[in-house]
Amino acid sequence: MESETGCQLPGMDKGDGVSDMGGQISIYLKNLEETRLFGCELGKLALPGDVICLDGDLGAGKTTLTQAIAQGLQVPDSEYVTSPSFAVLHQYPGRIPLYHMDFYRLHDAAEILDLGLDEYFSLSGLTVIEWPIRAAGILPAHRLDLTLENPGDDSRIIRCTCPPEWEARLAVLFSQHPGLLPASTPEH
Amino acid sequence: MLILGIESSCDDTAAAILENDRTLHASVLSSQDGIHRPFGGVVPELASRKHLESVYPVVAEALQRARITLDDIDLIAVTQGPGLIGSLLVGFSFAKAISAVTAIPFRGVDHMAGHILSVFLEEERPTFPYIALIASGGTTSLYLAEGYTSFSHLGRTRDDAAGEAFDKVAKLLDLPYPGGPHVARQAAGWKGDLISFPRAWLNEESLDFSFSGLKTAVLNHCRQQSQAGSELAVGQVCASFQEAVVDVLVEKTMRAARRHGIGTVVLGGGVSANARLRQALATRAGEQGLKCFMPRPAFSTDNAAMIALAGYHGFIESGPSAIDSDVYSRSSLG
Repeated sequence: MESETGCQLPGMDKGDGVSDMGGQISIYLKNLEETRLFGCELGKLALPGDVICLDGDLGAGKTTLTQAIAQGLQVPDSEYVTSPSFAVLHQYPGRIPLYHMDFYRLHDAAEILDLGLDEYFSLSGLTVIEWPIRAAGILPAHRLDLTLENPGDDSRIIRCTCPPEWEARLAVLFSQHPGLLPASTPEH
Repeated sequence: MLILGIESSCDDTAAAILENDRTLHASVLSSQDGIHRPFGGVVPELASRKHLESVYPVVAEALQRARITLDDIDLIAVTQGPGLIGSLLVGFSFAKAISAVTAIPFRGVDHMAGHILSVFLEEERPTFPYIALIASGGTTSLYLAEGYTSFSHLGRTRDDAAGEAFDKVAKLLDLPYPGGPHVARQAAGWKGDLISFPRAWLNEESLDFSFSGLKTAVLNHCRQQSQAGSELAVGQVCASFQEAVVDVLVEKTMRAARRHGIGTVVLGGGVSANARLRQALATRAGEQGLKCFMPRPAFSTDNAAMIALAGYHGFIESGPSAIDSDVYSRSSLG
C-alpha cells in the first residue's frame, strides 16, 4: 500500500511509540446522520481482505454503524443488516461481500478458530467484527480498530486506531468531511 | 414411516424419532440430556467440536429411547440452514454419511420451516392457511403458511431479534444469561405503573420489526435514574420493556392476519415461552375471532422433532435431497 510516506491525518497523534503501530484519532459524530455518513464512507473505501473491529458497550451504535458500512459497500436495501449476536455471523452480497460477525456469545479465540471464523479474514470481502476482544491474538495486524462511545444522546465519539493500510484512505475521508473531526483539531 | 431428525444449526445438537407426521417417540437435546453441560453453566459453547462430540451420542440416545435401531429408520431429516457453516456441516455430513452407507434417503430441511410447522407436533392442530409469528434469539419473522411446504415471508426484524432484546436488557440490568426468563419473572412481580417505552411500528404498511431503539431507550432510562441518584425499579423496567415488545409482536401478527384475510395465528420460536406473550396473543386473537395455536416450549425452542416433521413433508412433496447438496448460511425462506 502507499502508506510508507505516512500520509498524516489531521489530528492524528503519531507521538509516543504509536507511530510504528499506526495513528490514533478521535472522531466526533454529532448526530445519527453523521454516524451514517462516516459508516457509508468507510464502506466505500473498504478493500477486499479488510477487517474493521467495532468495540463499545450495548447501545453504543455498533450495528447502526455496520448498517451504514453496508450501504457504502452497496449491499442491496432488500438485505436487512441485523444484529448477528445470536447467529455469530451474517453474510451479505455487495460490491465485495460483507462478513458481519459478533463474538458477544463466544468465550475465547480457541472457539473462534474452532468455528473457522478466522478463515473469513483472508477472503475477498470486508469483515466487520463486534466484541473483537474475544478474538484477542488472532486478529490480523492490518485491522482498523474503532471504539464507539455513546455520551447519552444521538452523538457518538469514535476512537480509531489506524494501521498504515488505512491511513491514506482515512486522510481522503477527513479531507472531504473535515467536520467529523473534533473542533479542537487544527485544520490543514 | 419412521423419521430420524438431526439438528445442529444452533447451540444444541439434537436428534428425534418421529413416526409419520404425528407420533413423537424420542427427542434429545445435547444441553438438557446430559450429553454435555453448558460451559460454566452460563453460555453454551458454540464450537463445532461440541457438535462433533455430541452428534453420535445424541442420535444413539434417541434411537435407544424409541427402542429401535437405525435399520428401522425410513428417512433422515437434517437441518441444512440457516446457521454457522461449521456447525451445520456436522449434522448434515453425519446424515449424508449414514445415508450413503445404509441407503436410507435423507432430506435437507430449512430450520425456519421446522419452526413454522412445529405446532403440528401437538394434538391440537391448525388448518392452512395460517399466520406464523416466529420469535427467538436470532429471528423475529412473520410468515404466511399455505401448506406444509408453502411459506411466504411477510415481515422480519430490521435490527435486533425479540429474544436478543430480552437478553440485552437483562444484561443492562445485571440479570443472568439467558435473560428472557429472568426479565419475565421480574416483570410478573411488578404491579405498579409502567414506563412508556417506545414501540417501533415503522409505517402502517410494514410488517417488519425493530427492537434496537427500545433497547437504547431502556439503556437511557437506566442511565438517567443512575444520574438522578434514584434507585432503579428493575421490575418496572422489565414489565415496561416486556409490554413494549409484546405489544408490537401481537399487533403486527393481528395486522398480518387482517391484511391477508387469515383466520388462524400460530406462535413459534423460543420467545413463545414468554407467558405474557402467550396470554396477550390468545386474548387479542379471541377478541378478533381468530384461532390461536401455541406449541409447548419444548417444541417451539430449537429441537429435532420439528426438523423430522418438516423433513417428512419435504420428502413426501419432492423426494430425497441429492447426495451433493450442501449447507447454507442464510434461510431459503427469505
